[in-house]
Amino acid sequence: MTILLLALRRLAASLPTLLVILAGLFLLLQLAPGDTVDALMAQMGGGDPATAEELRRYYGLDLPAAAQLARYLWRLVQLDLGQSAIYGKPVATVIAERLPVTLMLMGASLTLAFAGGTCLGVLAARRIGQWPDTLISTLGLMFYATPSFWFGLMGIVLFAIHLGWLPAGGIEEVGAGYTGVTRLLDIARHLVLPTLTLALVFLATYLRIMRASMLEVMNLDYVRTARAKGLGETGVIVRHALRNALLPMVTLVGLQAGTMLGGSVVVESVFALPGLGRLAYESVVQRDLNTLLGIVFVSALLVITVNFVVDLIYGRLDPRIAAGR
Amino acid sequence: MAALARYWRNPAALLGAVLLLLVVAVALAAPVLFPKDPLGLAGRPLQWPFVNPKVWLGTDASGRDIAAQVFHGARVSLLIGLVATVIAIAIGIAVGAVAGFYGGIVDDVLMRVTEAFQTLPNFLLLLVLVAVFGSDITTVTVAIGLVSWPAPARLTRAEFLTLRNREFVQACRVLGMGDARIIAREILPNALPPVIVYASVVMAVAILLESALAFLNLSDPNVASWGNLIGAGRGVLRTQWYVSAIPGVAILVTVLAVSLVGQGLNDALNPRLRGPAPVKTAA
Repeated sequence: MTILLLALRRLAASLPTLLVILAGLFLLLQLAPGDTVDALMAQMGGGDPATAEELRRYYGLDLPAAAQLARYLWRLVQLDLGQSAIYGKPVATVIAERLPVTLMLMGASLTLAFAGGTCLGVLAARRIGQWPDTLISTLGLMFYATPSFWFGLMGIVLFAIHLGWLPAGGIEEVGAGYTGVTRLLDIARHLVLPTLTLALVFLATYLRIMRASMLEVMNLDYVRTARAKGLGETGVIVRHALRNALLPMVTLVGLQAGTMLGGSVVVESVFALPGLGRLAYESVVQRDLNTLLGIVFVSALLVITVNFVVDLIYGRLDPRIAAGR
Repeated sequence: MAALARYWRNPAALLGAVLLLLVVAVALAAPVLFPKDPLGLAGRPLQWPFVNPKVWLGTDASGRDIAAQVFHGARVSLLIGLVATVIAIAIGIAVGAVAGFYGGIVDDVLMRVTEAFQTLPNFLLLLVLVAVFGSDITTVTVAIGLVSWPAPARLTRAEFLTLRNREFVQACRVLGMGDARIIAREILPNALPPVIVYASVVMAVAILLESALAFLNLSDPNVASWGNLIGAGRGVLRTQWYVSAIPGVAILVTVLAVSLVGQGLNDALNPRLRGPAPVKTAA
């Protein structure tokens, strides 16, 4: 019950934000040169101005801007994102086809970055000032400063071209006709390099936050109490310190959801993965603004969802937060 | 001055300063060492580095000098990074200051807009802006600035919230000072240091954003940019991987330098307060 209430309240809180986003996107559409009818006419190979007028009236493009905005919003609420100019299908369908790959990539990268960042951060905090800390912190800085597409390319050079361990791109072996578990394994193999590429940057940030957060928590009274009652070091870390040190990490996941989506544009382009990011890139190159805006809209929804889930996890980790609302 | 002394005692910060100076020197030296157009033909294509002393870093698939492109690329990267950062910080400070100072409905509205920008994936928004307004270097720079302001805005707002009811501000009010003057002359100088330190994060991210755009061929193709060069090297990755590898190192060094200097400044200015780790955006 409380969770449901929380969910509703969160949803209500994100509505104004969503409205601002939609209005902003609409405005951008107005600023873009040409409109839907221009695109349609170009597709049909040109036509006379009278037909264009007719079509404009049909699509409601002759209405005042406010009325157009209302129509646009109403369509979006129904998840009608219009037609894709290059794929000749509804944008929503195209996006739905591409979404799974991006979600897989993001999920795998997030898991790797979070788990790796936590472990390395704790390790660095335990050995602060000693060589493991220096090594881990230096590596983190390097990962942070490296453009992910370059990581990807160098990964391809080393692991795909020279060692031949992993495929250089694509989501699965085309034409191999794998089914069931074999197909899953094949997809997993194709995702190894992209996941690493996307995850390293985030891993760097997570390990830094985890290290700082761990250092802070380890000095608090309740950790001293836990030690005083004779709990072993591992017990203190796992049962007491970690749970609280994880809070800022969880916040970061929400903050970086959008960043990760943006990063997947580049990574999917490097590895030719048929995901949302690759679709965004293709629609920019081919000037398919309708599709591009649809992707941006769906991404915003995704970010809001991730933030909502993060809030729920937050409440589980720290009951005070849920109770305080 | 104590802060400056603390800065120089920090080896990581020192390394950052040295690297940054190196990159700036490279940028300044570019027109002197490579006066010819870096995108012009320099010799036989795909010569490996350290083989031909005339083109010591080799040539790319179109026979252009890689060293010349790397040197001129430093100018482009630093310039885009600096200008985009100035734009982002200026918008951020303006929005954050007004929101934090006035509070209430003004704050609500501005924060909704900020939130909207933070909800939209940075890089996707950048793609939309480039798709709508084109991708010459000015547009790209402004667009990067336009997607990077929310974090500085939040930071400024937080500072203003803690400062706006302090005694010295109340004293100004009693003296009859106008809002604009209190914001700009009294509160802002006190709120500025953390925002300035954060500018290093914005700049690092801006450089990475531009390189990612250029890598995807969506930045200005008529300038020698590191990202352009990496993207061009993709076609010959199988055998001539150095074409992509070399400019990547240049980006890494530059972003590392900017980050280290920022972190060093942060540690030197707030020795007790460990600032938030940079929240990375895109690329």
